[in-house]
Amino acid sequence: MLNRRDAVRRLLADRGGMLVVAGLGQPCYDCFAAGDDPCSFYLWGAMGGAVPMGLGLALAQPERRVLVVTGDGEALMSAGAFATVGAEAPENLAIYILDNERYGETGGQVTHTARGADLAAMTAAAGIPRAQTVHTEAGLVDALDALRSGAGPLVVVLKVAPESQPGALPPQDGPHLKRRFRRAALGVEDK
Amino acid sequence: MADWQEDLYQVLKEFEVSQVSYVPDAGHRVLIDRSLADPEMHSVPLTTEEEGIAMLGGAHLGGARGVAAMQSSGIGNCVNMFSLVKNGLFPMLVLVSMRGDFGEGNPWQMPMGQAVEPVMQAMGFVTMRIDRPDEVESAMRAACTMVFKSGQAVGVLLTQKLIGAKAF
Repeated sequence: MLNRRDAVRRLLADRGGMLVVAGLGQPCYDCFAAGDDPCSFYLWGAMGGAVPMGLGLALAQPERRVLVVTGDGEALMSAGAFATVGAEAPENLAIYILDNERYGETGGQVTHTARGADLAAMTAAAGIPRAQTVHTEAGLVDALDALRSGAGPLVVVLKVAPESQPGALPPQDGPHLKRRFRRAALGVEDK
Repeated sequence: MADWQEDLYQVLKEFEVSQVSYVPDAGHRVLIDRSLADPEMHSVPLTTEEEGIAMLGGAHLGGARGVAAMQSSGIGNCVNMFSLVKNGLFPMLVLVSMRGDFGEGNPWQMPMGQAVEPVMQAMGFVTMRIDRPDEVESAMRAACTMVFKSGQAVGVLLTQKLIGAKAF
């Protein structure tokens, strides 16, 4: 099975001006392990917020690529947000769901994707037709290109191995993360 | 009734709000209609209110100002998402059209209606109630100043004295 750290590192290795919102838990650690960047906003809570946060950012910055990196548990919690994204259809928004079929932070309990739920089919049915599930290395290569530059909105559900990863904890200070993001992305110096 | 809603929309325009997120309610009818017709606005209907809180957090990261509009029941759906606002000190303007308040005829609206202010205050919001049409413009200007100049989280409660209680 594909390794989540490797799959995120390869995507963010040449991220350019990409703006990143990472959902809580492992996706935050994956993004941080790939190389911290002020244009990465790490959610340590607010579960279900990653996709709608990416939407607001994408609408505010239509010329920038916005990437949401999140997990299957977090994505399932805000399943309705995919219908909102489908309706607004921002062309600059890409959503990368690392699907290990587990709640990794709470002991590895299975999510509904281990029991029949298909996030790519759900998101496609919610109005995001460019949604796919990737299981293989060959599929990942194409998916990484789509996530970087394919017409959005698009969703890539990457099936990844559920094994635990080395610790990599990003900053938790919310105002710091917010200010550095706005400074780097907008050139705004908040008071 | 529409006049105060027009005043409200004009204040949002004056403060350069460009994103409106909402789950519909009658008290927000003009805001919804005007924003949908306004080419300078992203007017985004949601499936559930907490999407709007996260969405406006993202808008702030991207340099845009927004407002979340919902009925009082929607505040209950937002509580954990307010963690983003409180922990990140995000500016946040929430317009709440009240049910479960003055003259309510549906008992199912009462629990959440009465919980709006304590819940919002517990999650770090300043709340202000507007009871009269002639207060709307000045109260909205005050709220927008607190949110967009001082970076605060403010809940503006459009009460049933202002909107009128729904008849059953």
